Amino acid sequence: MPATLIFYLFATVLILAALMVISARNPVHAVLFLILCFFNAAGLFVLQGAEFLAMLLVIVYVGAVAVLFLFVVMMLDIDFKQLRQGFVRYLPLGALVGAVLLIEIGMMAVHWPTMAGAAAQTPAPAALGNAEAIGAVLYTKYWLPFQVAGLVLLVAMVGAICLTLRDRGQVVRQNVSVQMNRKRSDVIEIKKVPTGQGISDGGMA
Amino acid sequence: MLSDIAVQYLPILVFLAVALGVALAASGLSFVLAKQKPDPEKVSAYECGFEAFSDARRRFDVRFYLVAILFIIFDLEVAFLFPWSVSLFEGGVAAFWSVMIFLGVLTIGFIYEWKKGALEWE
Repeated sequence: MPATLIFYLFATVLILAALMVISARNPVHAVLFLILCFFNAAGLFVLQGAEFLAMLLVIVYVGAVAVLFLFVVMMLDIDFKQLRQGFVRYLPLGALVGAVLLIEIGMMAVHWPTMAGAAAQTPAPAALGNAEAIGAVLYTKYWLPFQVAGLVLLVAMVGAICLTLRDRGQVVRQNVSVQMNRKRSDVIEIKKVPTGQGISDGGMA
Repeated sequence: MLSDIAVQYLPILVFLAVALGVALAASGLSFVLAKQKPDPEKVSAYECGFEAFSDARRRFDVRFYLVAILFIIFDLEVAFLFPWSVSLFEGGVAAFWSVMIFLGVLTIGFIYEWKKGALEWE
């Protein structure tokens, strides 16, 4: 069963990489292991026939989100030794959050077979490709979430610009059309200077 | 179904294995074959006063972050268009205008950031 073997290969690397994400001392290494996680999760998606989701994972998460994480790690001037000091103090809270998540995922796994209604809403992936199956319902049946997603992206765009864009003042921008349309007569003036008289400051102001 | 997909993607798996092998060979061979003579003088400060090694964690301009965020947003916009491209003729008029409204909303944002000068560096 080569497919099963490939599944276990991806799953093992995924779990090991996830462990390294939370245990790596260097946060940049943690982000790089996160990228490895994303790649292996994409491999698992491909094995399930969800090729479009695998492609999304690689393009959006590996290509963009991981880069953003790297930026955040590198941009914030954080003393990571100081961050580590509260580890024992925050351990119970972190363990509690993790336990709640684990219980929720466990309940999902146990009750998934009985929730036939949730899975039946989408067309059977065997008949259609993954991207076609999403495209068949996303723009018509689920148009409202789709439009809301567009609005969320718009809000994110405006918010990012409002938060980070400062007017720098004193910045000289290149204006190509002004440069191209400049005429010789606009900028230089040739004067006939009478001998021994000079000229007044006309044109020199 | 499972093995079917695996067979289709076998070339990519082989490609990944070859890429891993080449990467390991490139970094491993340079480690094995290179002449290594560690010396404390090599990592000391240069004569010009620069430290040979320093911490990479330093504040840099938030505009890099802005560029990355704007890239993510348009990346997601494109990702929404991929299923549309394969189901364009099945969805009918409703799907077409649904996508057009979606693109219109994001074009408003695009015009906004263009006019604000968020796309210009200096």
